[in-house]
Amino acid sequence: MEDTICAIASSLGVGAISIIRVSGKKALDIVSKIFKGTNLKEVKSHTIHYGFICDKDEVIDEVLVMVMRNPKTYTKEDIVEINAHGGINTTNKILELLLESGCRLAEPGEFTKRAFLNGRIDLTQAESVNDLINSTSSRARNLALNNLKGTLAKKIKSLRKEIVDILANIEVNIDYPEYDDVLVITEDILLPKLKDILNKINKMLNDSKNSKFIKEGINVAIVGRPNVGKSSILNKLLDEDKAIVTNIAGTTRDIVEGSINLNGFLINFIDTAGIRKTDDKVEKIGVNKSKKVIKDADIVIVVLNGHEKLTYDDEKILKSIPNHKKIIFINKSDLKLKINLPNKYILGNTYSEEGLDSLKQEIINKLNLENISKDMTYLSNVRQIDLLKKASKSLKDAIKGLEDGLPVDMVLIDVKSAYDNLGEITGDIYKDELLDTLFSNFCLGK
Amino acid sequence: MYDVIVVGGGHAGCEASNASSKMGMKTLLLTMNKNNIADMPCNPSIGGTAKGIIVREIDALGGLMGIVADKSHFQIKMLNNSKGPAVRSLRCQADKRVYPKVMLEYLESNNNLEIKEGLVEDLIVEDNKVKGIVLANGEKIFSKIVILTTGTYLKANVLVGSKSTPSGPHGEGRSNNLSDNLKKYGLDILRLKTGTPPRIEKDSIDFSCMSEELGDDIPLTFSHDIKPIYDINKQQKCYLLYTNDKTHEIIRKHLKESSMYGGYVTGVGPRYCPSIEDKVVRFSDKERHQLFLEPESIYYDEWYLQGFSTSMPIDVQEEMVHSLKGLEHAKITKYAYAIEYDAVSSLQIKPSLENKVIENLFTAGQINGTSGYEEAAAQGLMAGINASLKLQGKDALILLRSDAYIGVLIDDLVTKGVTDPYRMLTSRAEFRLLLRHDNADLRLREKGYEVGLISEEQYQRLLNKKAMIKKLLEDVKTQKLVITSDVKKCFEDINFEVPKKTMTYEELLKRPEITFKFLSNFHNFLYDEEILEQVEILLKYSGYINKAYKEADKLQKIEEKQIPDDIDYSKIKNLASEARQKLSEIRPRTIAQASRISGVNPVDISILAIYLKKEYNHE
Repeated sequence: MEDTICAIASSLGVGAISIIRVSGKKALDIVSKIFKGTNLKEVKSHTIHYGFICDKDEVIDEVLVMVMRNPKTYTKEDIVEINAHGGINTTNKILELLLESGCRLAEPGEFTKRAFLNGRIDLTQAESVNDLINSTSSRARNLALNNLKGTLAKKIKSLRKEIVDILANIEVNIDYPEYDDVLVITEDILLPKLKDILNKINKMLNDSKNSKFIKEGINVAIVGRPNVGKSSILNKLLDEDKAIVTNIAGTTRDIVEGSINLNGFLINFIDTAGIRKTDDKVEKIGVNKSKKVIKDADIVIVVLNGHEKLTYDDEKILKSIPNHKKIIFINKSDLKLKINLPNKYILGNTYSEEGLDSLKQEIINKLNLENISKDMTYLSNVRQIDLLKKASKSLKDAIKGLEDGLPVDMVLIDVKSAYDNLGEITGDIYKDELLDTLFSNFCLGK
Repeated sequence: MYDVIVVGGGHAGCEASNASSKMGMKTLLLTMNKNNIADMPCNPSIGGTAKGIIVREIDALGGLMGIVADKSHFQIKMLNNSKGPAVRSLRCQADKRVYPKVMLEYLESNNNLEIKEGLVEDLIVEDNKVKGIVLANGEKIFSKIVILTTGTYLKANVLVGSKSTPSGPHGEGRSNNLSDNLKKYGLDILRLKTGTPPRIEKDSIDFSCMSEELGDDIPLTFSHDIKPIYDINKQQKCYLLYTNDKTHEIIRKHLKESSMYGGYVTGVGPRYCPSIEDKVVRFSDKERHQLFLEPESIYYDEWYLQGFSTSMPIDVQEEMVHSLKGLEHAKITKYAYAIEYDAVSSLQIKPSLENKVIENLFTAGQINGTSGYEEAAAQGLMAGINASLKLQGKDALILLRSDAYIGVLIDDLVTKGVTDPYRMLTSRAEFRLLLRHDNADLRLREKGYEVGLISEEQYQRLLNKKAMIKKLLEDVKTQKLVITSDVKKCFEDINFEVPKKTMTYEELLKRPEITFKFLSNFHNFLYDEEILEQVEILLKYSGYINKAYKEADKLQKIEEKQIPDDIDYSKIKNLASEARQKLSEIRPRTIAQASRISGVNPVDISILAIYLKKEYNHE
């Protein structure tokens, strides 16, 4: 990590300006070599300077250069950022010059990796940088920003503190069994404490589902018998002709997706092949895929044809989807209603667009999206959730052990491992495989 | 010319000289006063939480402390008996007159061991290699290896109030120059402090207002080799009493007169054994503190006032003691004192207890910064074993953290160093479920046999025990309890849930409430008590024991990630400066050891791991 690294920090493409970031011991030396203007090595930290990037005598671009000296920088190293004019050619040329002058191209996530290794941010913060860059909605951005501030780490750390206080007390009981001025932690005292911590962890796990909604969006599948109007509904919802609409049953064989932004959430709509018994091979693949989509979806909209009586296929579909994620939409309200259904449903059609707003509102209601907390300190990735699940399991084991009559000092093993799992989330505990896997997920630039 | 010279006849020195002489080394034990061999200058007890397990381990490896304690105590009990088997530990009240006598008999029975009186003031060192010692009278004695077990005698000062006397415990002499000479040879020296409470004349104590503390009513031994030889019904009592408002008031009033609070002490005292003034100051909200009165010996009239160690001047001590209920008219036979002494930095010691700076020099006990007889004895034993192994050209015996408390003790010393006297605690052992009182022999006896401290006969007994455990495990797996109406009644009589169907004894024993004792109502298990106990523990806690083994395996894996000896920490960029300095100084052998160094953070370990991967193609 002695190298000085550089990368384009703004997104590559057409924009008014682009930013090239240089970090490392020689950042100032290297940029000075290609910069004509103030002597950057003599300027104060955190100042901006006007000048030109030159390749020998040829002026490449007119730029603003920001000089930030260590340690108060993102990586805790010297950082120079060059604000150049946008456009791929100029930006790439500057990058090339930097590489020729002694910089190395940053590996994916390397700036953040340095920030972590130099102790500026903890693991959850490092991860949220990645989330921030990849965020697709305003809520996802807020979530990542919150975690970057360290609020998740704070929550985990306070849980760990609760556990360590209990551990310490029990250790004192063990090492000083004859001293009566320390509270003896018996099963009766320990059990409710562990249950309380377990509840907090489980609540975080539950909230993490919301974090998935925020980060990755909500998957809404549209299912139904062939030719009940699924693709038309999708097109209306997306307001574009993305799915192919014909009146031949079985036209849609691939899963077609499109997304809208609903109340700050990304909603991914998934059209499926109509579900029915079929011998057509291509269609069969589509039908199998549909079943998987239903399983993975957060919400399933079942489309029924209001102009027909309920069929065997309809009933089978309705039965196959659990109520908590099922929304029934009865299409073709413009025609005579022949269907008879005891369930709650939304009536509408794609010609007058009746019922489509109710459909959107029902998605919001069903997932309780309006009540998703604004403080948003959710666990935001698989690694964190997995570790929290492990902590939850360990605590459950401890509780079971106590309930089975095992001694307090014995179940301590489980409590201790929950404590370690939580420590791994924030990177307070060293685990060998952690860093390599982690930093390969980071995007270039930041 | 000796193979091994052991300097100091305390608990470390006894074990060291016994081990090396038994392993065939011609050994000289140097002591200032032969009458003080195996002396117990502080509390009259051996064992205690975690410490009792250390004594079992010493015995399993072939050391003496366990059997000598068994032959010299007048009370013994199992601590934490109401808790799980992993944290049970023995403690006995050892007779201060008998213990040293029995120990001396054992030492004198060794043909290879010579005991000599003398005060060591210097080492003979050539090319960073020790060649022998120099006595105060100038006499030089040569040896291949020197083991220093000098206890608290290096530049010792005894402190009472503002009075400081250059002296070892009991008014013995001290070594004035040895620590300065060690410094000269390149060893880092630190100054530590410890203390001892006053002793009270028995006849002046009113025991009627104190509660009795009794020994257990079942026979117990530290040793794996002998049956109990004491009379359970003739155990001596100890007593529990408390400090009160008046005591605390006196202490607060005179605080500045104590050596500690008056600023007369430079050494660092043990956190885990604070003086009474420390307790009163640090826990000012506590209305009272527990104290124990323990007889020092059945041959003496002196009682030890545990929990009341102090460095107050003697007139204040009188006042303090007389404020205690039952001690209003107490006659103090020995005043409490603090003692400060020099120790070497344990970070300069290898896991074999050999010094990193001076070859063939070993140190053990309080000189390494520990506190306690048991911690000292354990190190003495390991130093004696490893000195002998080195002379035999064999690899050192290094116990892992998952092998023994002794492994935890030494790893902590050489990895973390000490700032205050180190006391073993169960909480220091992450694998304490594996490091039990009951399985010390199963864990360690084979190692003792391999180095030559365990006899053929003892070893055969171990093999036999292992075979019996295996057999009983098979028995309970195959034999079943049929639920007849009689059986049913037996369960119901003591409110146990009646099994719904025929079950194997193994299945039954996995239930927390069911013991072999209860099962003896239905089936006669013809096994020794220790076999039954072992199998019961293995079955009842198998889930947790397996978890612990898994964790130990995981640690073992990173323990195997060796750090090359020639690593240059200055070349690893991005290490925090504290981590770099600690790593350079301690030079851990493995990534696992590195991760235990305080001040080395997980991030530093990651950087180190990445560096090793890159530079050494470390898997």
